[in-house]
Amino acid sequence: MTPERIAEFIYREARTLDLMQWDEWLGMFLEDGRYWMPLEWQQTDPELEPSLMFEDMLLLKVRVERLAGERTFSQKPKSRCHHLLQAPQILSIDSEQGKCSARTSFLYSETRGDALERFSGWATHELVETDGGLKISLKRIDLINFDAPFGNIQLFM
Amino acid sequence: MGMYRDRPDSVSGLVRDREVHRDVYVNPEIFEIEMEQLFRNVWIYVGHDSQIKNPGDYLTTEIGRQPILAVRHSDGSVNVLHNRCPHKGVKIASESCGNTGKFFRCPYHAWSFRTDGSLLAIPLRKGYDGTGFADTRAAKGLARVAAVANYKGFIFARLTATGPDFHEYFGESLSTIDNLVDRSPEGKVAICSSPIKYMHTCNWKMLVENQTDTCHPMVAHESSAGTAIKVWDREKDDSGETPMAVQVYAPFASPYEFFEKAGIRVWPNGHGHTGVSNSIHAKYSGVGGYVERMEEAYGPEKAHAILGQVRHNTVYFPNVMVKETVQILRNFIPLAVDKTLVESWVFRLEGAPDEFYRRALMYNRLINAPTSIVGHDDLEMYERAQEGLRSNGTEWVNLQRLYEDDEGADDTAVINGTSERQMRNQFAAWAKYMTLNMSGKAQ
Repeated sequence: MTPERIAEFIYREARTLDLMQWDEWLGMFLEDGRYWMPLEWQQTDPELEPSLMFEDMLLLKVRVERLAGERTFSQKPKSRCHHLLQAPQILSIDSEQGKCSARTSFLYSETRGDALERFSGWATHELVETDGGLKISLKRIDLINFDAPFGNIQLFM
Repeated sequence: MGMYRDRPDSVSGLVRDREVHRDVYVNPEIFEIEMEQLFRNVWIYVGHDSQIKNPGDYLTTEIGRQPILAVRHSDGSVNVLHNRCPHKGVKIASESCGNTGKFFRCPYHAWSFRTDGSLLAIPLRKGYDGTGFADTRAAKGLARVAAVANYKGFIFARLTATGPDFHEYFGESLSTIDNLVDRSPEGKVAICSSPIKYMHTCNWKMLVENQTDTCHPMVAHESSAGTAIKVWDREKDDSGETPMAVQVYAPFASPYEFFEKAGIRVWPNGHGHTGVSNSIHAKYSGVGGYVERMEEAYGPEKAHAILGQVRHNTVYFPNVMVKETVQILRNFIPLAVDKTLVESWVFRLEGAPDEFYRRALMYNRLINAPTSIVGHDDLEMYERAQEGLRSNGTEWVNLQRLYEDDEGADDTAVINGTSERQMRNQFAAWAKYMTLNMSGKAQ
């Protein structure tokens, strides 16, 4: 578990999203992994404080499957996304436990038809070493303007 | 010169028994008149008094286009004031909420005001001696909003000095707020967190109409609710327990018959609700210990009567919707003819298990957030309608499903749940309150 390997994993995850390889992306999570977008500054509780998203694999699968749906009208035309990442900062490495965490500053763009929306924030990855390599136990997205009203955000930051 | 200003007949003419003219959704002049007339004439939701618990706590909002603040005074009363310094017009409070201490101080020239709005001090006050200042509007401090009602903690205000009385205006529709409050074993609900905000590029009335539109979920939400059902069927384990998120999503795919039988109730002044005898919220699994706490608080009979009311969406005309079953209030705040900010607030039931609050917050993010797949389905439809209405193919929007000749504008009635009558009810109230105080002669 080295900083280089962690960074490579985070870059690969972003690339997978940019290429819309959704199933491969879902495969980067632990079975009980979570994707969390808080709605408060330095939020600590995802469920007893409001969040924009706090989803397990079942809900993420619903999202991914919906994106390809014949009657998913908000995806006609399909959205695309782009992640611009700063080099991840390693927050912790615990080789004995096989756990690590990293924080990555990002700019994210998502299209909807001709329109392009931009978001800025920090992604925090909590990763776990498994037989199948590193997996995400928690991906947390903190937006700088988490408290602003947004239009549709349909893909993943 | 505009087509509608000071022309009550032209405005009323946009609403017919079974259809409305597209200008109600797309005409910028109509939007301005809504802000000047409709939103001034009726009771508009300001906030909940749990948001301003302590003396000096305040919140800011707008009624129509007018900046307003509500503040807790030292004697415990809530004052709703115009958020405008009587000196040069500067907004006194700029944040959405906060605590101002014992007084407000204008950041421009340091005029200060007590939390009942009265003028406290002006620097160099001698400069006003002999100028007749005591007789001016400015000397009275922050102007009060004409009419304020605090109903069980829900603060509403009306800008006009004369107009419908609060209870006369809302009438029996208050039974939904009653039920929301009663669902707390302590008879108390509170707002403990920020709302989810969601920007919509559509007219505000499309959102309000959609609250009682029961013929869209099985169509527009096939993509979200239908997919959730499909994925759960494939992935489910043997535990026999359906996850709460699936319980939230799945009923959106209920068939027409379900909504037909669930019913709609209309009330005077544009209020109404879906889910009279059944609703998409009726089958949520129970939360351990809650029923017992309710029975203890109210006695078994009343407790079960409270919990047996499972209304779906209650519209408080013009722009609020309340769900008592998941403790959510949605405020559809008009910003422009084609721009609406939706704030979805969750209430905590005091004395109820945390699980309820967790569930309400989950409902809010799954259904009402900019990241909600159900929200994505709906916003797509509103945006397409906002664009489609530019078409000159026809200038009228059809609202005649299950229309009956004897429908009175201000009736109370329970009807088939797929009727569009509540939309007609809203537009009848819309025409009434748009023109209530409109000057101008009938043509």
